[in-house]
Amino acid sequence: MAVKIYSRYDKVRYLRKEALPTALCPGCGGGTVLNAFANALDELKLDPRDLVVVSGIGCSAWIASPYFLADTLHTTHGRAIAFATGVKVGLPDKKVVVISGDGDLASIGGNHLLHAARRNIDITVILVNNFIYGMTGGQVAPTTPFGAITTTSPYRNIEHPLQISETVAATGASYVARWTTAHIYQLIASIKKALTVKGFSLVEVISQCPVQYGRRNRMKEPAQMLRWFLKNSVPVSKAKDMSPEELEGKFIIGEIMDRQRPEFTTELNKLIDEVQEHFGLKGEGDV
Amino acid sequence: MIIRGDEPEQVRLLRRLYPPGNYFMQGNEAVAYGALFAGCRFYAGYPITPSSEIAETMARELPKLHGYYLQMEDEIGSIAAMVGASWTGFKVMTATAGPGFSLMQENLGYAIMTETPLVLVDVQRSGPSTGQATKGAQGDFFQARWGTHGDHPVVALSPVSVEDAFWEAVRAFNIAEKLRTPVVVLFDGVLAHTREQIKIPDVSEVEITYRKLPTTEEEAKLPFGDPHGDGVPPMPLFGHGYFTHVTGSTHKENGLRDVYTPEVHDRLVRRIHRKIEKNREVYESYEEHFTDDAEILVVSWGVSARPALGAVLRARKEGIKAGLFVPKTVHPFPARRMKELSGKVRAVLVPEMNLGQVILEVQRYVNDDVILKGVNKIGGVPLTVDEILREIRGVA
Repeated sequence: MAVKIYSRYDKVRYLRKEALPTALCPGCGGGTVLNAFANALDELKLDPRDLVVVSGIGCSAWIASPYFLADTLHTTHGRAIAFATGVKVGLPDKKVVVISGDGDLASIGGNHLLHAARRNIDITVILVNNFIYGMTGGQVAPTTPFGAITTTSPYRNIEHPLQISETVAATGASYVARWTTAHIYQLIASIKKALTVKGFSLVEVISQCPVQYGRRNRMKEPAQMLRWFLKNSVPVSKAKDMSPEELEGKFIIGEIMDRQRPEFTTELNKLIDEVQEHFGLKGEGDV
Repeated sequence: MIIRGDEPEQVRLLRRLYPPGNYFMQGNEAVAYGALFAGCRFYAGYPITPSSEIAETMARELPKLHGYYLQMEDEIGSIAAMVGASWTGFKVMTATAGPGFSLMQENLGYAIMTETPLVLVDVQRSGPSTGQATKGAQGDFFQARWGTHGDHPVVALSPVSVEDAFWEAVRAFNIAEKLRTPVVVLFDGVLAHTREQIKIPDVSEVEITYRKLPTTEEEAKLPFGDPHGDGVPPMPLFGHGYFTHVTGSTHKENGLRDVYTPEVHDRLVRRIHRKIEKNREVYESYEEHFTDDAEILVVSWGVSARPALGAVLRARKEGIKAGLFVPKTVHPFPARRMKELSGKVRAVLVPEMNLGQVILEVQRYVNDDVILKGVNKIGGVPLTVDEILREIRGVA
């Protein structure tokens, strides 16, 4: 059955067939993200041999690995961006992409996210934000909306969620965009742009977890969650004229940041060249 | 571009920058120069006393050799970046001290499980916790062995002098490359800041090895197999179109996760153990002094082996038949030689800057009728010849 489904999926050439079907639950937004990323690769005509995909721990990390047919590094919890930093320095000409979740990248791995953005290293991060620790059973996360019910906030969540995209934009990233799984074409366009931008890029995808989040918050059906996203999405242009109170519980969508800043591996190689020059170390072959 | 360290351009640069001869330097600097000679061209670290001069030396020297120095946001990120860079083909190193070593343990386990060559220098300092941050100690013997969770083998070396630190750094890289495994260097805050004369060799006198790479498509498809029967699979590096899959989860020979089949886990973890156990000749190393006719055997390691040698020499002058055994590779412990030696002596003394760690390993190889005694000192001050001699006299 599964084999039959995937035989009709024309982007299956970007995937490891032996690892399919995916382990994602029915209705999970992860499949949408996987599809969006595959479409972005396809539209950019990117050779998967020029791609290294890195992920951490959690449901969203599985989107990247093992499913994508590329060099894939499935790392420890929270550390994907730090691993990817080493990969990018070693392979500056390859596209290095991190796909992982909100808990992985913005909670336990938050420090690496901020500092990679600050360095502006040319890594693309696709952060799947489903407001919850899905794989471990639906515990509250630093992204869980205020008041939401989870298995470890069974009465209500008394904390306010981290605004990931805005934080990363403020830290120094070249490109930051936020979309939801209900904005598939915009999402593909932003992933494409993120992959071509020179510098750190983040695409935050608000994604549904009907199993662990939706059913405890009166949105048992995946479609209900998508409707919730659409109803509460506010474009960046409109959001800038709204007060923090008006924006409570809303999803600001669109391009949050798009700028040119010096990129880390370029600067690092430039520095090495300067040092070689300064100490007169260049061989005859280098001149 | 992968830099192995033995390319003509690198040889030219090493000769130009560090001409052979006598140098006067700190232990930390010697570790860094050893790494540079061994071909290390990627360093990721986070500052911590008493290891920081290793980072400073690497930050200064690596760019001269086309190498990369990265200062990461913490120790966890440092070892993570090293693993990433190692999979692109770089020989990689970091240096830290006790607290940072604690933070690196999870990813050290990841490197063991994914068979990623790297060198981790732990400049041991007085603990627990922040302890005496600037003072040396030898309290991380078991942290190196069992700091990360689960069944795993570990290779750890411990240098005894500044010059030795240079050569042990070289050896650490060669072991890491040959066995596709992380290697820990258990250095200490005393030797790290000791300045001594060391002889920098010509690059041709330094053994430089590089990991096995796949020679066929078939080998490249089995990054965690055992095609050569030595337990060490060739490493299909990233960026060559192999579509290598690397995960810290239990995986099959092809790299894909399988966490449900007991046999898959058993086969993987046992092979990783076998790889270390069966290749003892790659890493086993120890020094012996006056052990032929010794009646009292002193077993010491790292910085404590120096006053231990002084004490043994003085004891000999006094007519006491004392000998010294210094394991240079401390994990896996040189068990067979330790057992042979302990079978011939009346007493075994174990001087170390902790409250008794290596002695627990030694105990496994010493019969009950042999006196076994620790000579332990903490507080950040190294053991002295007199302190050890007094104990030798006590059992003479």
